Amino acid sequence: MWEYTDKVKDHFFNPRNIGALADANAVGEVGSLACGDALKLFLKIDPKTEKIVDASFQTFGCGSAIASSSALTEMIKGKTVEEALKITNQDIADYLGGLPKEKMHCSVMGRDAFQAAVACYRGEAAPGEQPEGELVCECFGVTDEQIRRAVRENNLSTIQEVTDYTKAGGGCGLCHDKIERIIAEIKGETGVIKSIESKTRKSMTNIQKITKIEEVLEKEIRPSLQQDGGDVELIDLDGDIVKIALRGLCSSCPSSALTRNGIENKLRELVHPDLTVQEVNV
Amino acid sequence: MKTIYLDNNATTRVADEVFDAIRPFFTERYGNPSSMHFFGGSVAREIVNSRENMAKLLGASPQEIVFTSGGTESDSTAILSALSTMPDRREIVTTRVEHPAVLNLCKYLARVKGYTVRWLSVDKLGMLDMDEVKNVITDNTAIVSVMWANNETGVMYPVEEIAKIAAARGALTHTDAVQAVGKIPINLNKTDISFLSLSGHKLHAPKGIGALYIKRGTRFSPFMIGGHQEFSRRGGTENVPGIVGLGQAARLAMKNFEEENTRVKKMRDRLQQGLLERISQARVNGHPGNRLPNTLNIGFEFVEGEAILMKMDEKGICASSGSACTSGSLEPSHVLRAMGVPFTAVHGSIRFSLSRYNTEDEIEFVIEETPRIITTLRAMSPFNLETMKAACVVQ
Repeated sequence: MWEYTDKVKDHFFNPRNIGALADANAVGEVGSLACGDALKLFLKIDPKTEKIVDASFQTFGCGSAIASSSALTEMIKGKTVEEALKITNQDIADYLGGLPKEKMHCSVMGRDAFQAAVACYRGEAAPGEQPEGELVCECFGVTDEQIRRAVRENNLSTIQEVTDYTKAGGGCGLCHDKIERIIAEIKGETGVIKSIESKTRKSMTNIQKITKIEEVLEKEIRPSLQQDGGDVELIDLDGDIVKIALRGLCSSCPSSALTRNGIENKLRELVHPDLTVQEVNV
Repeated sequence: MKTIYLDNNATTRVADEVFDAIRPFFTERYGNPSSMHFFGGSVAREIVNSRENMAKLLGASPQEIVFTSGGTESDSTAILSALSTMPDRREIVTTRVEHPAVLNLCKYLARVKGYTVRWLSVDKLGMLDMDEVKNVITDNTAIVSVMWANNETGVMYPVEEIAKIAAARGALTHTDAVQAVGKIPINLNKTDISFLSLSGHKLHAPKGIGALYIKRGTRFSPFMIGGHQEFSRRGGTENVPGIVGLGQAARLAMKNFEEENTRVKKMRDRLQQGLLERISQARVNGHPGNRLPNTLNIGFEFVEGEAILMKMDEKGICASSGSACTSGSLEPSHVLRAMGVPFTAVHGSIRFSLSRYNTEDEIEFVIEETPRIITTLRAMSPFNLETMKAACVVQ
């Protein structure tokens, strides 16, 4: 059972501004039936003042999706488009006295619907129709731009948080790597990796190499393999030849060659450029 | 506000008779059944009685019953035992619609221990393809684990027939019968089933007690290693109140089979008919006939399950949903997805599960209130049959 605030419950049980708006001059639609939630937002904007004269919504979704939609319409009514565009998903959540973190994507949906409606009003392509950026999460159709934005605006630092806010990564989990890279990029954590790089590019003893390889396997490679039900083990280091064994699902995976290449690239990048990876059966 | 509890596949109320039987074992007869003194030792006699009742309910003999902490422990014990006693066989056969207690254990065994898991698919009604079952069980199969009845849809599986096929290939069979025990008659005595898991709190006994049936002659490797309790098959001081309660619940279940399969079934059928009659674009998930007598899973199209549950909760109605939002995950029920329930209905699927404590009046109240809830939510939804037709043409 979710811990919803009284305000969330109030906006769910007594939603404001439901239904289509007959004289709307802007409509924004986000989400889909397949994804489990969708919001259609109707706005009546005074063309002279750009003031939002009226707003209403139709929502398919859970309690917090309906409450977020209701809250959004209340928040934007009477504001100018410019003023309302400043509303962030966090503002919607705050208005409701907070949302469970797993439900933050409901507030994001509210903000996205508003932007789609404004785009519609201005005659631009709605963000929902032509999502900017590259598709990262195929399960829920989330692009890298959407993830970047959620990470920046809400200061997210883990994959779980990105999933809570955008749904990205909540399905098959294959995109967790990409999400992690996006987070790292924004957080400037590439610095950490860079420092390993510069230190390790010089000549290294075997022991140093092994320690570094183990570290990279542990931090960079294992987590994503384990997401897919696999694992990797360092068997031996022979000069610059790294011998590894793939475990679990990876061992029977037809794309294990890809995994080997991936590991090799990572190790070359982070440990030493001369390394080659060999898969052995032990 | 009165609570109308239609979530008995999640857990059940402890029967008054069970509670009365348990009570003395907390403050009066609290001795350890392993003790030499009469005060403790006399409690052992109660465990014997409970084991006998449990065995009778399953058509088994008392030596074949091991008390555990519940369904999950029984499932883990059975499957891990089979794998460790048959080290040459590296495959597990199970279904896509198992309870997480089996599903996630099998995923773990594949991921971490390198076993191959053969996942049996189900059709639209949630039924297995017996030809697939025959093909997938081989001389390399250590254990076949198929639930007796599905917790979400109530669909029942031909476990006895599957066990016969498995036995012919030298494989063991386990069944997670947590939802079936107490609701339908089970007679293990003439079957090839090697292990059966059950949980007390699904049949009006307390939470934290369960049992594992281990067919006589089955090689066994314990999961909980410790003292001599349970014939050295499950170490740890016995959960005496739990065991006494489970024995009492087993006795009651035998007495109440008829009611479960007549009055409870009649109420379930009435609920189904009443809801389908009053609500358009609603569908039953799961085989209409081959189903537990107490379970009804209905998909209400174009609305979302959590919103339905919240509105029901406001009226005191307790049910559950296969929607993504209720589980905390983002994906709806793996069972309904495995059945290919269309996405228009999967998010709005509600499970009603009855017990003999429900009344006809309660069912009428739910039939009265639910249509209003669905109508209100549909009025809010941007989707309906018309918009969907348009969308489907595009696809």
